[in-house]
Amino acid sequence: MLNCPRRGLVMAMPSDIEAKTRATPPVASPMPDAETEARRFINPSGKLLQPVTKAWAPPEQLERLYHAMVLTRAFDEKAIALQHTGRLGTYPSSLGQEAVAVGIAAGMAAEDILLPAFREHGAQLWRGVAMLELLLYWGGDERGSDFKKARVDFPVSIPVAAHFPHAAGVALALRLKATRNVAVCVGGDGATSKGDFYEAINIAGAWKLPAVFVVNNNQWAISVPVHAQTAARTLAQKAVAAGIEMDRVDGNDVLAVLDAVERAAARARSGDGPTLIEAVTYRLGDHTTSDNARRYRSDEEVSRHWIEEPIARLRAHLTNTGYWTKEREEDLHSQCSAAVEEAVAAYLATAAESPSAMFDHLFATLPAPLKRQCDLATAEATSHD
Amino acid sequence: MTEITMVEAVNLALAKAMAEDNRVLVLGEDVAADGGVFRATVGLLERFGSGRVRDTPLAETAIAGISVGLAAQDFRPVAEIQFTGFIYPAIDQLVNQASRLRNRTRGRLSCPMVLRSPCGGGIHAPEHHSESPEAMFAHIPGLRVVIPSSPRKAYGLLLAAIRDPDPVVFLEPTRLYRASKEEVGDDGVALPLDRCFIERTGTDITLIAWGAMMPETLAAAAELEEGGISAEVIDVATLSVLDDDTIIRSVTKTKRCLIVHEAARNGGFGGEIAARVAEACFFSLLAPVSRVCGYDTVMPLAKLESHYIPSVARIGKAARHLMEYA
Repeated sequence: MLNCPRRGLVMAMPSDIEAKTRATPPVASPMPDAETEARRFINPSGKLLQPVTKAWAPPEQLERLYHAMVLTRAFDEKAIALQHTGRLGTYPSSLGQEAVAVGIAAGMAAEDILLPAFREHGAQLWRGVAMLELLLYWGGDERGSDFKKARVDFPVSIPVAAHFPHAAGVALALRLKATRNVAVCVGGDGATSKGDFYEAINIAGAWKLPAVFVVNNNQWAISVPVHAQTAARTLAQKAVAAGIEMDRVDGNDVLAVLDAVERAAARARSGDGPTLIEAVTYRLGDHTTSDNARRYRSDEEVSRHWIEEPIARLRAHLTNTGYWTKEREEDLHSQCSAAVEEAVAAYLATAAESPSAMFDHLFATLPAPLKRQCDLATAEATSHD
Repeated sequence: MTEITMVEAVNLALAKAMAEDNRVLVLGEDVAADGGVFRATVGLLERFGSGRVRDTPLAETAIAGISVGLAAQDFRPVAEIQFTGFIYPAIDQLVNQASRLRNRTRGRLSCPMVLRSPCGGGIHAPEHHSESPEAMFAHIPGLRVVIPSSPRKAYGLLLAAIRDPDPVVFLEPTRLYRASKEEVGDDGVALPLDRCFIERTGTDITLIAWGAMMPETLAAAAELEEGGISAEVIDVATLSVLDDDTIIRSVTKTKRCLIVHEAARNGGFGGEIAARVAEACFFSLLAPVSRVCGYDTVMPLAKLESHYIPSVARIGKAARHLMEYA
C-alpha cells in the first residue's frame, strides 16, 4: 500500500477562471435600462415625477405615510438604545427601510393578511400591532406575540423565507373561503436565494393564488452583498421562472412601494394571480444590534446611500409643496417621541411572566405528562422566590 | 362490516373526515388523479372535487408550508409526503413552524394539520423508500407523532389526528398497508391519541412496540407463551405525547421490559421509553430494560432488509434472555 500523505483538494485555480468566478459588484451607477430600472414617484430631492393616485394625492394622506415612517424610525432608535443598555434583546433595525414597511402596509386592505420577515416594524405598527407588543417580543417576553389587533397576521419569521410557503397556504385559504383578500409576504434579498422562496412563488403561480411577495432588497444579507447572492440582474426577474407578474420599485419611495402593492393586490383580488415586487433600498444600519457592519462595508458606501433615504425625501416633497412647516415637523417629532416613551415605560413596568407561559400554548389542551412538567416548573420558580 | 386493508382504512378515514368537515383538505404529490402512489387517497378527487383534493408541485417544503398557512386560516389540511425518505425538506416547517405556531402567537393562530407519510421497510422498495425516522419527530415539542399498527388503528387514529386542534405527523408503515385485513366499521369513531394500547395481557415481561413491529412482537409473544412465558404487549401508537403511565404500570407488574423498533437503535425512541421505565420502575425491575432494534447502519437495499428489521426470532431470544436474570 502506498504511503501517501493527505493532500488538500484546494489547489490554485487558473487565474483567468478565478477572475471570472469571483463575485464582483456591478459597475457603479450603471445607466438605467428598461429591464433594471426601478419605478419611482418622488426623487431624492423631493420632486414629484408622476401623478399620485387620487386616494393618496391629498397632502393629509401623504402626511399619514410620513408620520408612520417617522414613528417607525423613532421606535427604532429607542429600541437600539434599549438594547445597548441591556433592556432589550437582539434587535433588527429597519433604518432606511421605513418606506418599504410602511408602503406595504398602506397598500394592503385591513382584511388582507401580512406575513412579515423580521424588519417590518413599520408595517406591523401601521396594521395595529402595539409598540408595547413589539418591545415585549424583542425583549424576550412571550406576551408580545399576543397582538390585540391584526390578530390573524403572522408573527415575524426569523428563519429566512420559511414563511413564503405559508403565504401560499394563506392565499389558498382566502381563495377557498371565497374572499377577495390577499396574503402579503415580505422577505429580504437573501430570502430569494432559498428554496422555500422559489417553491412558494412557483406554487402560487401554478395555482394563481391571491398572494403578493415583496422583496426588501436592502443590498445586504448580513455581510453578503446582493451581487454575491445571485447572478440575476434583478431580484424581480426571479418571477419569470415562476411565471408570475413582477414589479421593481424604488424602495426609498413610499409612494412607489404603496403603488406596487396596491396594483399587485388588485390583480390578486381579481383572480389574476401573484406578483413578485422588488423594492430596492439600502440597509443603513447594522443587520442587528449584534452585528458590526463596518467589518464588511465602508462608511463611504453607507454615506452615499443616506442621500437616498426615504424620510428626507418625502419631507422635501411635502415642504416643496408648502404643506409642511418647521413647526409641524417639530410637533410630529414630539408626538412620536411621546408615543415611544409611553410604550417604553409600559414595557419596563411589565411584571415578569410566569414560567407556566412555556406550557400555556404548546397544545390546545395540555396533555397530562406535560401538566406534570408545568407544575414542576412553577414550583421551582416559587421555591426560588 | 367488511374486512379491509390498512391502506383502505386510511382512505376510509380520509373520506369520513372530509365528509363531516368541509375544512378538511387533502394535498400532496399525485394524491388527486392518481389517488396516491399507495392509493390511500383514491376516489377522493371524484367525491370531493379539485378544490379540496389537490395535486401539488413536487416540493415538500411547500407541501408542509402551505399546510401551515391553510391551518392558520382554520382549514384542516391533511398533506401527504410520498415517502418518509423525502420528508426531510419539510422538517424545517415542522420544527420551526407547525409545532410552534400556537405557542409563538399565544394561541392567536394554531396549526391543526396532519402530515401523513408511508414509512418503514419490508416491501422491497428502492433506496430512500424504507426509513423509520419517527424518533426525529418525537423530539419536536408541540408536535404529535402517531403510528398505526392495523386497519382499525389506522382508521380510528387518523380520524383523531385530523380532528385534533394541533399538528400531527402520521406515519403509516408500508409493510402493513396490505399485510392483513380487519373488520373496520365506518362509524366515524376515533381512537384516543396520547394513549398506549395493551394488545395482549401477560405477567412475566412487557414487550413494547409500534407500527410495523407489532405483528412480529405479537407473534413473538405467542411463541413465548408456548414456552411458558406470559408476555404483555403494548402498542405505543402515539409516540409523542407518550402515555408513560400505561407503560410504567405494565412494567411495574411484569418487572421486565423489552422495547422493539425498526429504526436504528442509536437515538431511537426506545431509548426514551427505556429511560422513563428505568426512572419509574427501578425497584421493580428484575432484569435490565432492553431493546431489539434496527442496526445502527444505513437502511440497506431491499435484499438485506429482512436482516435489518427485527425478526420474531430476535425478539423471542431477547425476551428469553431477560427471563434468565431472575
